[in-house]
Amino acid sequence: MTDLQQSRTASREASDDAPAPPGRPSRRFRLGRRDESPAGRYGAGFLAKLALMAVVDAFGVYVVWSAYLAESWFILGAMVAMLVVANWVYFSRRVVPLKYVLPGLIFLFTFQIFTIGYTGWVAFTNYGDGHNSTKEDAVAALLVQNERRVEGSPAVPLTVVADGDELGFAVVQPDGTTAVGSAEEPLEAADATVTEGRVTAVDGWEVLDRAEVLARQGEVTDLRVPVSDDPAAGSVRTQDARTGYVYESTLVYDEAADTMTDTATGTVYTPNDEGQFEAADGSTLNVGWRVFVGFDNFTTAFSDSRYSGPFFQIVVWTFVFAFASVATTFLLGMFLASVFNTPMRGRKIYRTLLILPYAIPGFVAPLLWSGLLNRSFGFVNQVLLGGAAIPWLTDPWLAKLSIIGVNLWLGFPYMFLICTGALQSLPTDVLEAAKIDGAGRLRTWRSVVMPLLLVSTTPLLISSFAFNFNNFALVYMLTGGGPRFEDASVPLGHTDIMITMVYSVAGLDGNAPKDFGLASALSIVIFVIIATISAIAFKRTRSLEEIN
Amino acid sequence: MRRSILIASALVTTLALSACGSSEDAGDTTEGTEESTAEATEATGSLTVWVDETRETAVESAAEAFESETGAEVEIVLKNFEDIRSDFIAQVPTGEGPDVTVGAHDWLGELITNGVVAPVELGATADGFEDVAVEAFTADGAVYGMPYAIENIALIRNTELADSAPATWDDAISMGEDADTKYPFLIQTGTEGDPYTYYPFQTSFGAPVFEQNEDGSYSPELAMGGDAGTAYAEWLAEQGEAGTLTTDITYDIAVEAFAKGQSPFIVGGPWMLEQFADLDLAIDPIPAAGDEAAQPFVGVQGFYVSAQSENALLANDFLVNYLSTEEAQTALFEAGGRPPALTAAADAASSDPIVAGFREVGAEAVPMPSIPEMGSVWAFWGVTEANIISGKADPAKAWDKMISDIEGALDS
Repeated sequence: MTDLQQSRTASREASDDAPAPPGRPSRRFRLGRRDESPAGRYGAGFLAKLALMAVVDAFGVYVVWSAYLAESWFILGAMVAMLVVANWVYFSRRVVPLKYVLPGLIFLFTFQIFTIGYTGWVAFTNYGDGHNSTKEDAVAALLVQNERRVEGSPAVPLTVVADGDELGFAVVQPDGTTAVGSAEEPLEAADATVTEGRVTAVDGWEVLDRAEVLARQGEVTDLRVPVSDDPAAGSVRTQDARTGYVYESTLVYDEAADTMTDTATGTVYTPNDEGQFEAADGSTLNVGWRVFVGFDNFTTAFSDSRYSGPFFQIVVWTFVFAFASVATTFLLGMFLASVFNTPMRGRKIYRTLLILPYAIPGFVAPLLWSGLLNRSFGFVNQVLLGGAAIPWLTDPWLAKLSIIGVNLWLGFPYMFLICTGALQSLPTDVLEAAKIDGAGRLRTWRSVVMPLLLVSTTPLLISSFAFNFNNFALVYMLTGGGPRFEDASVPLGHTDIMITMVYSVAGLDGNAPKDFGLASALSIVIFVIIATISAIAFKRTRSLEEIN
Repeated sequence: MRRSILIASALVTTLALSACGSSEDAGDTTEGTEESTAEATEATGSLTVWVDETRETAVESAAEAFESETGAEVEIVLKNFEDIRSDFIAQVPTGEGPDVTVGAHDWLGELITNGVVAPVELGATADGFEDVAVEAFTADGAVYGMPYAIENIALIRNTELADSAPATWDDAISMGEDADTKYPFLIQTGTEGDPYTYYPFQTSFGAPVFEQNEDGSYSPELAMGGDAGTAYAEWLAEQGEAGTLTTDITYDIAVEAFAKGQSPFIVGGPWMLEQFADLDLAIDPIPAAGDEAAQPFVGVQGFYVSAQSENALLANDFLVNYLSTEEAQTALFEAGGRPPALTAAADAASSDPIVAGFREVGAEAVPMPSIPEMGSVWAFWGVTEANIISGKADPAKAWDKMISDIEGALDS
């Protein structure tokens, strides 16, 4: 994500900083010059470019072909457009800056803009449990779920037969007689050869072998052969093309009227605005489909009274956590960086040791710490504190402290690294000037080092704030959001931050029906908060630069 | 130069926007895909099956028999068991899902509401299965899966430390104290609680989680409130105070302590047995704490067929005629260690007293509810139990609040 942000800022800088063409003549002049470049003379550079573009194009053609086979026209179109643009950019001489920017732009739009757009789209639908797919799928699922085998009906050995395009079933009835029928013609007695209890030949029909049956298996499983002229008697269907059973449907879909009818009770269900079939008395069928629900997800997120109390506490804690995380890691990192910036023996070893926590994956470290901080068996209580039973992760305040503490341990090496880098690149002339002016060490630090350090690290502090605002892995792995709020009626806890709240509220943790629409809506709210804070902070940073 | 960047950005933006727009007709695309793949696989027919690690080899050997007899190809995809449920629900509608997946019976309600599973007609093979196994996969009169294993918890006893099965909870504790081990009785709890493992104690007070209909299915009416529930909550508080139950014991700690011989008893399932290989074990019914029988949950594992399988014929054929054979069920038992759902295979497996022990306890158990409402219960249930045990909450009040919180979650 940070890479993409960097590429985005890079592209912005590129467009901002590119000098405006001073006028036609100079542009011509530059074009003329470029004709003499190695690329223009088909040198090694051009050949390398040609080879690279050939690889890119080959990959592109492969994707286009796969997309064509899978009939995903959108991917095909997007890929073709991307290939055309890439070839134009890299073989044209007019768009030099774009040659640098294009890869970044493509990644930006596929991984960032598309994701945001898709999240935005889901936020306005009711995608989630019970509204999982399209209406066609829901209708199909309802029909298949409401077919019941007629009680006491026999299992009949069945053979799939065909008459040209029309498929039919030939069955051996329990009384030993044989019958043939198709979707249009109900089962009728027919003379047939029976071998080993199964029809192997029948007049007027061709018996399909296994391969032919498999080739048309969709049609075979969809085929319903009525038992008699009376539709209420049910129909024969098969799931394995070996045995047939008599089924009856308890739910019938009327395509013209777009209604579902329960054949047992006669209740008619019509589709409602929420993407479900609803009867006059308000009862609904269990399978629904995705529909647009406008701003419903945004309003339900803030109108459920069960959430109002915990939500406020969680928002406050999220800000406290993100701010405290940045502040503590930065202060410790900066302190250690300036301590180790002065020459001393074994400095490299100390520095390496300090970076070690950074080398442990961010998913594993919180898990490790949750073991170390266990009240009765953890290393911290048992060994370091001599058997004290301190509830590090189960007391509301201590759990918050533990979270910030573990994040400090995880995060200070990063701040240590960037501060070390920034300190080493400080211009020596200003430091000397300060010395000549008679400033003491503290004064130099406060008036010269600190402001210069902040210029280069503030953007990183802002991104660190945004990262910690959504530091899901840490909270989820260390405390799981616990300990629970005792006075709340929802499964949220004292260390839950907004993103873990979304995870729980939207049922992604399995403790509530899943609601991807609500989850997307809340993610967008969080996105807006972070975007606003970052924008304001970046604006302030620019003023910091101007001072210098 | 600037203009060219603008044009490029505009172009890519248009692409991205059309991407968002085109998701609407995803349905059409899916249909298109179905047709084309059907054509592509015409000659042979191929089946995609999701399995988890423990079942992979067993399904593979059944698949080999299927492949050689029918000429169809079976592609076995290895997945994490925890991921299968959500991935199946998300991927089936896109047409990218598998034809068959392994799964647990308590997913059924969610899979049905999302319209991703198709009924499976077991036909005559249904009679060969244990009744509870087929019942567990039945919803509203239709069977949705081919069961292969039944799992439930029981009391695992270290015969060196305790020579007979305890009849009641108090017996178990006094036997545990006589054994003079570090813990008289082990049961995994944790700070989030473990209502699954604690359920037999709850049922012994006559407080089942949901009302059960006459045919064994559950209705979404909470039944664990009232006096019976309060009695159970008070028992939890008492035992927590006495130290016999504690939230410090997690699964790992419990299993390790039992393996080291630090307790004569542990409540657990066949999945623990691997770690207890050096111990002499006996499997007993879980001792009742209340006046009624202690009934654990029984979970049934099975295979589901996708509602949008393009190879439904092959899928059903594979399940009903190949995976439900005694041979295949025995192979699955040997791979997973859980008693088979097929009675014949289970009888054969019961020559092992451990398997027979679990099976006996399972015969008295109740199926875990598979209604979608069950999902909303766990989060409140476990933490409330844990808070009562640790003494953080007043038992009766906390239990009442839990009931009203769950009811609130069910209504929303």
